[in-house]
Amino acid sequence: MSASNQNDAAPLPGDSVSRREFLLRLGVTGALIAGSGLAARALWQPKHFVPGFEKVKGAQLRSYAPAVSKVLPSLAIAHGTAHEATIRAAMTALGGMDRFIQNGDVVMIKPNVAFDRPPALAATTHPDALRAVAKLCFEAGAHKVIIADNPINSPTGCFLKSGLTTVAAEMNLDLMYPETNSFAPLSLDGEILKEWTFFNTPFKKANKVIGLAPCKDHNLCHASMTTKNWYGLLGGRRNQFHQHIHSIVSDFALMMKPTLVILDGMNVLMSNGPTGGRLSDVKPMNTIVAGTDMIAVDAYGYEHLLERDIAELTYLHKANDRGLGNINWKDTLYKEVQA
Amino acid sequence: MKLKFNPQDLLKLRNVRRVAQVFFFTLFLFFVFVTDLRYLKGYPVSLYLELDPLVAFATAITTHTVYMGLMWSLLLILPTLLFGRIFCNWICPYGILHHFTGWLLGKRRAEERERIEANRYKKLYSLKYVILIAMIAAAIGGTLQIGWLDPICLFHRSMSTVILPMINLFVPSSIYVRQYFHVGAWVIGFLLLFLVGMNVLIPRFFCRVLCPLGAFLGTLSSVALWRIDRDTTKCVDCDLCLKSCEGASDPQTQLRKSECFVCFNCIEDCPEDALSFKFMPPLKREVTAPVVPGRRAFLGTLIGLGFYAFGRTSGASARNYDKKVIRPPGSVEEIDFLDRCIKCDQCIRVCPTNVLQPALMESGLEGIWTPILNMKIGFCEVNCTLCGEVCPTGAIQRVSIEEKTGTGPFAKEGPIKLGTAFFDRGRCLPWAMETPCVVCEEVCPVSPKAIFSREVTIIKRDGNPITLRQPYMDPALCIGCGICEHECPVTDEAAIRVTAIGETRSRDRRLLMDGGVTSAVNELEKRQR
Repeated sequence: MSASNQNDAAPLPGDSVSRREFLLRLGVTGALIAGSGLAARALWQPKHFVPGFEKVKGAQLRSYAPAVSKVLPSLAIAHGTAHEATIRAAMTALGGMDRFIQNGDVVMIKPNVAFDRPPALAATTHPDALRAVAKLCFEAGAHKVIIADNPINSPTGCFLKSGLTTVAAEMNLDLMYPETNSFAPLSLDGEILKEWTFFNTPFKKANKVIGLAPCKDHNLCHASMTTKNWYGLLGGRRNQFHQHIHSIVSDFALMMKPTLVILDGMNVLMSNGPTGGRLSDVKPMNTIVAGTDMIAVDAYGYEHLLERDIAELTYLHKANDRGLGNINWKDTLYKEVQA
Repeated sequence: MKLKFNPQDLLKLRNVRRVAQVFFFTLFLFFVFVTDLRYLKGYPVSLYLELDPLVAFATAITTHTVYMGLMWSLLLILPTLLFGRIFCNWICPYGILHHFTGWLLGKRRAEERERIEANRYKKLYSLKYVILIAMIAAAIGGTLQIGWLDPICLFHRSMSTVILPMINLFVPSSIYVRQYFHVGAWVIGFLLLFLVGMNVLIPRFFCRVLCPLGAFLGTLSSVALWRIDRDTTKCVDCDLCLKSCEGASDPQTQLRKSECFVCFNCIEDCPEDALSFKFMPPLKREVTAPVVPGRRAFLGTLIGLGFYAFGRTSGASARNYDKKVIRPPGSVEEIDFLDRCIKCDQCIRVCPTNVLQPALMESGLEGIWTPILNMKIGFCEVNCTLCGEVCPTGAIQRVSIEEKTGTGPFAKEGPIKLGTAFFDRGRCLPWAMETPCVVCEEVCPVSPKAIFSREVTIIKRDGNPITLRQPYMDPALCIGCGICEHECPVTDEAAIRVTAIGETRSRDRRLLMDGGVTSAVNELEKRQR
């Protein structure tokens, strides 16, 4: 007891609270009380929701289709032996690339690189085809060419082994991989496709879209050509598409209104599609089909490149019946040329 | 020694506090007890969790919302900003548990000096702030982990999965009609025993050393207007104020306001009347704010962010999700679930079939003790949404029966599906063993039934024909309730089992393209089956 209290005498400085300190402390505490109340009020979620059934408002893709022409053909079939010459011939037949691509355009070319395969197996867009189309775009004045796809196999491997990475580097194309943040919700009034996540980063920049697809056999939907090619624009659980494959593929014709589609039938994957794997699955058909109506292009491809009966290709009929294209390609304004 | 009774003693602050402690502890037990279909009757059984400002604060970080009843937490922030951590020694049921068990098991018969020494502040007590920092860092990263040690979550979880089943084990049917089981309950049980037992070594071990809510309230306390003040002209440095100091807050010297539980024991233990609870005493005689060395805080941040990153990159909430992570009806999708679930296991307590179980590693590091369905133990009752009813944070949203079953105005959306049941034909009696059964079809609760059967006549091994029904599954109609699995006579590993695929809460985990219960039903109606 005795050892304590040196403080008996005058109070030490700091023993009383000054008016300034009093107001300051009162203010801080009051502000915290008011602040927590206001913050809680602002963040309050007063009602529950039903998880999984929230309404998603997705974007819609605009139309990239060129103006309708009454004189120029909408379908061109070119036969030849080299990619560039044949593609050039097909484009000339359509009225030249500058009908579609103008000065300063940013063009997105959608190849099909779904699988990690070398070009010779014809399961992916051929590098020579990409080179030729990109060249034509630049000749027509394109400011930039983007290539993008969301492959089934690993994206980096697919682009590399299909030979497209090399073309992109050589021609200074903008290769866009399907990265985590490359996707956004899409809304569509399709037969099956209503809301889905899609690869939207290329569309933020591009004002022209060209589909450049190989012509392939497909195990489930018979053929993968320019319509089926748009599969690679979607993300999410695409393995569910096979439950309604013909409805889905026909919905692609509603989803995407491209500037132009080009079907590469120089070497056609006739069997074991869409992956192939043997050179004996591939047959040289030496043809390029280009046009503004993907349904007409695919109808030609199915009959004359895959050499099959169009009656069985349900998705083309579905699209045709919904007015999304013309399955009777001979009724369209077409032109067949030799390179 | 003669016991002297002084009626005025009854009004001592200590006794007023004891009355409050008994009241709040009993109320907590009452809420725990009535969290049962038979007694629920609209009692606010998750009130303590909703009052818990750490729950509201941490979920606000992870979800940018304050879910429904979590607004009540303001009721607790207010007195903390005015008086300090009165929650810890007046209201917190887990604090009261440790106060009581500390008294029961601790040094109450020890010499005065020994008790005083046990209540001196130790540097170890700043650990709780590091824990809080780690949990907040994890929340900022994107995973809610406060439930590990938040006292209300911890106590609710211990009650639901350990204490009540234990009481029922010793006194059958006292709590449940049939004994409840909880997978891995022993881990939670031993943790509870450990934390209670530590009171022997360090009084209020959990509250002083570990409690993240205490740390949160302690931080708020630093600006409290009313504080314990020591009149240095009266103090004789006898240290008797430490004798019963619950918080180890050093009232004998510079008060550590953030550690003070406002139990008022020091005031009454002071023989010189030197201590008082005053409005805005000068701060110079105090250690005003929590003492956490910067490098410890940095370490805590690293641990929290690391926890998030290590857990998330292990993949259990992404492509490598476990088929057993079947979440309760109304649950938000998995990543959001980990943002909201506080592992309080109130859903597990209220579940009338015992199907809800605390996860161990099924949903990864982040999901330990979050609820998953175990159809071996129970099944999801179609006309029941109690788990969402008691969930304080909206990890399980408060969906209605109509929303759950997709009826009435919600017919267009269809029902909430928890997963999909798959037949294992090699274990199924009619498929593999020439024996009639189809219990699964009988109990399938949806209409039209998801399970249907086709009659076949087969020649048995003994040469005689037998006609029986072989079951099939319509995945568009299955809601994943699991009663088929639960009732299957092959009880060790049922011949029909639910896995998480097909759950509606996540678009990434659906099985069918149209997600289309309703279109399937429409089609069925068209086919007039």
